[in-house]
Amino acid sequence: MSCSRRDLLKNTLKGAAVASLPLSALKVLSPAEVKATIGDSDTRWVFLVDIQKCVGCGFCVKACKIENDVPYDVGVTRTWVERYVVTKDGNTNIDTPLGGRDGYNSDMIHGEHIDPDTITKAFFVPKLCNHCKKPACVQVCPVGATYQTKEGCVLVDRKWCIGCGYCIMACPFGARFFHPTLKVAEKCTFCYHRISKGLKTACVQACPFGARQIGNLKDEKDPVSQTIMTKRVGILKDEYGTQPQVYYIGLDERVR
Amino acid sequence: MTDAATGELIVHGAEWTTKQLFVYPNEFIYWSIQIVMYPYMTGLVAGAFVLSSLYHVFGQKDLKDMARFSLVFSLCLLPVAMMPLQFHLQQPLRGVNVMFTPHFTSAIAAFGFVFSAYAVIVISEVWFEYRQYFIEQSIALKGKKSTNETLLRWFYYTLALGSRDLSEKAIAVDKKAVTILAAIGIPVACFLHGYAGFIFGSVKANALWMSPLMPVIFIMSAVVSGIALCMLTYIIIMQWKKFQAVLAKGMGDESVVVIEGVQMDVLSKATRYLLGFLIAAITLELLDLIFRGYTAMKSWDILREVMFKADFFKIFILQYGLGNLIPFLLLVVPKQQTIKKLTIALVLLLFGVFMMRWNVVIGGQAFSLSFAGYMHYTLPIIPHSMETYKEGLFGALTVVATPYLLFWIVSKFVPSIRYS
Amino acid sequence: MKSHVFRPIVVVIIAFVLLVVARQLMVPKDFGVHGESFTFGYHRLSNIDEWKNYKTKYRGKEYCRECHEEKVEENLASPHNVLECENCHGPAVDHPEDPETLPIETSRLLCQRCHAFLPYPQSNRALMPAIEPESHNPGMNCVECHNPHHPNLEDM
Repeated sequence: MSCSRRDLLKNTLKGAAVASLPLSALKVLSPAEVKATIGDSDTRWVFLVDIQKCVGCGFCVKACKIENDVPYDVGVTRTWVERYVVTKDGNTNIDTPLGGRDGYNSDMIHGEHIDPDTITKAFFVPKLCNHCKKPACVQVCPVGATYQTKEGCVLVDRKWCIGCGYCIMACPFGARFFHPTLKVAEKCTFCYHRISKGLKTACVQACPFGARQIGNLKDEKDPVSQTIMTKRVGILKDEYGTQPQVYYIGLDERVR
Repeated sequence: MTDAATGELIVHGAEWTTKQLFVYPNEFIYWSIQIVMYPYMTGLVAGAFVLSSLYHVFGQKDLKDMARFSLVFSLCLLPVAMMPLQFHLQQPLRGVNVMFTPHFTSAIAAFGFVFSAYAVIVISEVWFEYRQYFIEQSIALKGKKSTNETLLRWFYYTLALGSRDLSEKAIAVDKKAVTILAAIGIPVACFLHGYAGFIFGSVKANALWMSPLMPVIFIMSAVVSGIALCMLTYIIIMQWKKFQAVLAKGMGDESVVVIEGVQMDVLSKATRYLLGFLIAAITLELLDLIFRGYTAMKSWDILREVMFKADFFKIFILQYGLGNLIPFLLLVVPKQQTIKKLTIALVLLLFGVFMMRWNVVIGGQAFSLSFAGYMHYTLPIIPHSMETYKEGLFGALTVVATPYLLFWIVSKFVPSIRYS
Repeated sequence: MKSHVFRPIVVVIIAFVLLVVARQLMVPKDFGVHGESFTFGYHRLSNIDEWKNYKTKYRGKEYCRECHEEKVEENLASPHNVLECENCHGPAVDHPEDPETLPIETSRLLCQRCHAFLPYPQSNRALMPAIEPESHNPGMNCVECHNPHHPNLEDM
């Protein structure tokens, strides 16, 4: 049976909720708006990160900050690169100075030199908004100032955001922050302005080693979607049920 | 916004957050003192209202004198529940968007409506309670010539919404309306506050907050703090009146004894309710803590670190010890209750509930989402920018002081304390 | 029956009507769910275009080639062909109109992003041609000896 009782209940509730909204006179649904947009878009943007390929140069962070006018000299950033250094005693040393904006050129972590002979594994992990299929941040926005586009990108309406910070609290990945000058919630857009023109995101373009890739999951011929379909890939923090859409090759259990 | 003095960019939260070990670059203590104040103040509103309703609905005659006062006081607390949110919003002028495009899947979205509904109930109840008084005042001022008195007459006339009916039937209707509103108000007040707990309890990203018990814990401690505050304010006002009576008529005067008698009687009755809710609140909080320790999910390691090391003093000494256990003993153990002991117990209880809010709101952000680092909060004391005022000690004090200012103003027109 | 009970009710109704009127005036007409779910798709439609029209700053190597073909070819023939011109030269934005010239980042730190040695076996960083920043001509800018367009040591 394809339609379970739960689904039925869910749909009924949904229907009831939608039907009651215009009555409340607090939510206006014009039929014209609902029209053609129904039905699936043929694009679902996803991201693919190859951890082995990342050398921690931080060009992606630099490009992202400049491309998206995120103030350069502050700690907050839409994308960042973390460093993981696991030592023989089982410790995981993690850091991300300035989000890795200036790359990594020293083996000092939190002011401590780590002896190369004690390292068992060490690598870099680029992070960005996961543009989840079920974004917790969007669910909790009280005013509809953040939303998911048809292509799966989660955006913030800078003119409508009230700056309550609930979305920042709701994101399990720490992807959101307050924009230091605009005073509204800020996050990675997958460079929506670029990908919708057929360009790569600023970080993907800036990455010299192909550690970052963006693709369309609904296009079977897309190399990213082929990798995701056919290779062993992982995602971050699936226990929160948000269904992240940034996939990782070579993910480690130590990655937070 | 750039800091005018230094020209440096201010990242919201960076002023008062210190990071330790690995914390994601975008993580700061974004919800600070005002978000501690918010559930605290709504808790006081809800608690004060519940206390007044105990008399109106359940006919707890012993609370009669307390009831009017706590009703008027919950009216004064109303705008204050809103204030911390306005102080906290990065775009305070857009706050009204919550009423315009409510996104009901968000726990905050309903706030505007629940709060408005509650405000309507409280204001209407006050109106029905005092309608007779308003009309009497406007009649008494009739025929007086001075501008002040004419203005006052019109003011009372407006407060009565133009109603002049003082018939027995109409007054009976008033009484009935008050009872009905008080009855509806109890679940709404509990909902208003339980739902403040839901705002936290439903954040799945936060290991400390996410718990279905959160709303219930919040309601119980809210009622505790609300009753405690009403009792405390009542004590202060009664002591003041006693002091005035002593000044006017001398120590041994009959009215002084009357005040003392009435006061002690009212307070010891209210104490019983206070104890009941206090026990419920502590039981639930301990259940939550034990459950977390027993199930020991992934987050327990860092939670344990925070609770038993970094925040041990704040949680177990200040909140449970000083704020719960000591006042509990003070309220239960001595047979001969005195105003002094009671006052100490009430102040400690209010402090305890405040610390509970603090430990939940700030404590929930004391560790990184990565579970690999910590964040420490330093309350901004001396404000050097709008932000450090709003989200600092003085912002919080503004919020605390406002209900008293309002009460002072309201009391000029609406008598809320009787001791005859 | 005319009762005073209706008076506060009328006040509440008036307040509610005022809210509804204010909402009609203040809320953009294109606010809605637009065929998406209410949970994830409730938004102001025109915001999508606002984001689409956001200014692009990084134009990519092909844009540089339009005027600097020789330099781009030179780069493509070198081991630095994986780098975008703009990684070192800065974003083109509307160059040559705005900005007229691009500031080249020539600092030692820029090269160290990739070429400072780090012993991290599970990262390709370990495979990079690398130096020890503390002992390899400290204080000097790399470009004083190395040509970033011909980074091969033979071509130095």
